[in-house]
Amino acid sequence: MTKIKSGSTVTPKPGFGLNSVMIFGALFFTIPIISAFIFSVQVGDGSYSVFAYMRMLQDPGLASSLWLSTRLALMTVAIVLLLMVPTVTWLHIRAQRAKRVVEFITLLPLIIPPVVTALGILNSMPGFLLNTPYLLGFVYGVLTMPYTYRSLDTGLNAIDVRTLVDAARGLGASWRQVLSGIIAPNIKSAIFGAVFLAVALVLGEFVVASLLLWDTLPSWMAIVGQADAEGAVAVSVLSLLFVWILLMVLSLLDRRRKVRVNVGGMA
Amino acid sequence: MTDLIQSHNEGAATQSGGANVSRRNKSNFRKVLFDYSGLIPFFIFSVIFIGLPTLSVVYLAFIGNSGEVTLANIRVALQAEYLTSLTGSLKLGFFSALTGAITGLAISYAVAISGKKKIQRVVSTASGVFANTGGVPLAFFFIAAVGNYGLVTVNLQKIGIDIYSGSFTLFGFSGLILVYLYFQIPLMVIVTYPAIEGIRNEWREAAINLGATKSMYWKYIGIPLLVPAVSGAFLLLFANAFAAYATANVLTSGTLPLLPVQIGSLVNGNVIADQSNVGMAMGLEMIIVVAIAMTGYTVLDRKTSKWRKSS
Amino acid sequence: MNTSSKRGSLVELSNLVRRFGDVTALDGLNLTLQPGELVALLGPSGCGKTTALRLLAGLDLADEGQVIVDGQDLTNVPANKRDMGMVFQAYSLFPNLTAVENVAFGLKVRGVDETKRNKKAQELLELVGLSKQANRYSHQMSGGQQQRVALARALAIEPKVLLLDEPLSALDAKVRTQLRDEIRRVQLEVGTTTLFVTHDQEEAMAMADRVGVMSNGKLEQIDAPDKIYANPSTAFVATFVGAMNRIPAILNSGKVSVLGQSITHGGGSNASSLVALVRPESIEVKISNTNDAKSGVVLARSFLGPQTRLTIKTHESNTHIHVDLPSSEALDLISGTNVSLKITAATVLTDADGKN
Repeated sequence: MTKIKSGSTVTPKPGFGLNSVMIFGALFFTIPIISAFIFSVQVGDGSYSVFAYMRMLQDPGLASSLWLSTRLALMTVAIVLLLMVPTVTWLHIRAQRAKRVVEFITLLPLIIPPVVTALGILNSMPGFLLNTPYLLGFVYGVLTMPYTYRSLDTGLNAIDVRTLVDAARGLGASWRQVLSGIIAPNIKSAIFGAVFLAVALVLGEFVVASLLLWDTLPSWMAIVGQADAEGAVAVSVLSLLFVWILLMVLSLLDRRRKVRVNVGGMA
Repeated sequence: MTDLIQSHNEGAATQSGGANVSRRNKSNFRKVLFDYSGLIPFFIFSVIFIGLPTLSVVYLAFIGNSGEVTLANIRVALQAEYLTSLTGSLKLGFFSALTGAITGLAISYAVAISGKKKIQRVVSTASGVFANTGGVPLAFFFIAAVGNYGLVTVNLQKIGIDIYSGSFTLFGFSGLILVYLYFQIPLMVIVTYPAIEGIRNEWREAAINLGATKSMYWKYIGIPLLVPAVSGAFLLLFANAFAAYATANVLTSGTLPLLPVQIGSLVNGNVIADQSNVGMAMGLEMIIVVAIAMTGYTVLDRKTSKWRKSS
Repeated sequence: MNTSSKRGSLVELSNLVRRFGDVTALDGLNLTLQPGELVALLGPSGCGKTTALRLLAGLDLADEGQVIVDGQDLTNVPANKRDMGMVFQAYSLFPNLTAVENVAFGLKVRGVDETKRNKKAQELLELVGLSKQANRYSHQMSGGQQQRVALARALAIEPKVLLLDEPLSALDAKVRTQLRDEIRRVQLEVGTTTLFVTHDQEEAMAMADRVGVMSNGKLEQIDAPDKIYANPSTAFVATFVGAMNRIPAILNSGKVSVLGQSITHGGGSNASSLVALVRPESIEVKISNTNDAKSGVVLARSFLGPQTRLTIKTHESNTHIHVDLPSSEALDLISGTNVSLKITAATVLTDADGKN
């Protein structure tokens, strides 16, 4: 169909004011990052070196805090995959009536400030849990809930789960086959989205970790930064780079999978 | 397959007659129970890690030094330095929401009317990334930019502008307002862009065709349509800034009276209070403020989607 | 409502040209609308009909040419000062206003006081049969109802010209037929000069006083519906309006040789490979057992109520043609019957073969 051309004397067009707004926006968001990068490679006398990065990378605190954050991220991902995905799927297939209740619960972490959650955790959790950093993993499962739920919910809404499940079950598929062969492939991108959000949140989470006195990456960064601003800036740049790489990898993986499923027809 | 057939017969009267009503009710009840059973792990998880902590804070807010039920904690929390933190956080929340809303709305509008798909896609992805860039790294980015030895600071000094000559400081109120924009603006864009984009050209053209001027269009149609979305977003930004901890902690660490930071100091034992549960009362304050703001946001968001769903 | 004093306006579109980059959407359009007339601009998408409408409304600016209403040159007058009412294809009601507030909007921006404009708005809603929906919002109304409110809204300001931009295209078939009669009824009652744009030829033919068929930015023919149908001036108009058979033919000094007959050439292409354009109702069919250029075999029949449409394969060129005839005469013309074909039209148009 030929594209219909039309002009309009009425529809607003970007003028000087709005273009400068966009330029301002672009500057505002890129300057801090650029500054951080330059700051981290600057040496007092005007030359550049990656000394700050070397110093940080050699600091055992970086390795151990990064390792802890990674373990916690993996634990949170596990919670997403083992708790959230089945729950949201079940919600869509079996328990639609409970949707409002569940949705409200997943929004609670947005209403209860993380500071207060940290406070509450210190009050109410038994000693043995408080002594393990893995308690944070559970808390992070809670903190990521609003985002992971929404991602999975949107994904399931888009594919009319009930009809697919009914069709598959009508053809004789077992529940395991339905979950792994029908549902999972079709919500892969929703799951990727949820996982990404969870990982990004966990790697950046500061409040609960620092109040519970665990040295995750952000906690450690804050402590280091009090004495060594340059080093902290360097680590900040690295963490941002890591998040971007993660985002790119996940979106690439996501696209590749999508192509495969489409070419092969129904999974 | 029986469970499938069962669920399809849900509510269908298979037999009339009172004798079978109770049997139907019992099997219905059992079915409902089964339906909810899949959600048990989730509910258990939520009760333990959301319910317990929150309820403990609310409960302890009303428990005094000797374990008695009292309003003393709350009274103390509303006085002296604790009150200052509350008002400080309310002020920060308000002004951060105001600045974020105005700038974010302008950017949202600019992107929406630019019509260029590429810009829209870039802004969409960028908003998602930047809205979640907060906390500790953000503080250091800004230290690198506008801190005492930040690049922007130094380069502006070279041309004679000293940003620290006035009342601005990165490590105080003005600095936080500036830094918070980094995640408030993207959040504003994410929330308001769909509403702006949802305004159809037909409405504007119809208004003009019927004789309205541009400002009449905005007064009677455009602004009324956007007010719910924008005010809802404002409340969301307010709650966001009010509850933020990490960045504030790194940049001000106690020098600026803020509720979340003060709760943090009480927890760490940096500050000892007369009432041991004042921290809980302050936590309760935070819950109440954020809950009110978020409820307002939800109500307004629902209003916006009403007219957007129709078109 | 006082309708008798409202005379329609005279509208003249003179040499309108509109280009978008290297695409010429409108190539020198000349069109006059007589007072009170309903003219339909009919054509496929991209033919320029909507562009013409928008230029008349002032929602777009012409590159060349003039828009003159009642002798006044409105070419450079902004859209909100042209006193015209427009009904868009869909979704044009203001979602934050009720039906009656929508209808009263044009009066509100003209400074009419509240009681007067509400009264007028109610009258108009009554005119389109929606007085009960006065306090509903657009998302609470069906598509057909929304369009009727849109019509009332456009008429509330007593416009010089009523502009309708494919107002029925987004509606269901049944609602479409109902609404098009409504619109015509209201238009006749109010007497406003109206320009109606559509790609649906049935709509245009049913509603308009005159139909202008457009293609590629040009007005091919403008005439009363019956003349457009019976005397199309170009092959494009002939095939766009109504059903048309395309039968292989040969042109020979003013005569078209088709289906073994020789018929006067009415105009059209003289390319080497030709088809003759013949209406389904202009072919006479009789049972016969001949097998020559003047005959064919019935492949299928569709009973359409008063008429039956036969699909016939010609022996001459194995072309599939459609023939419409009264159902009473088609009773024994079942599939497989051999028939003779006679074209009853006095003239035929030709077109180059290979199109569609």
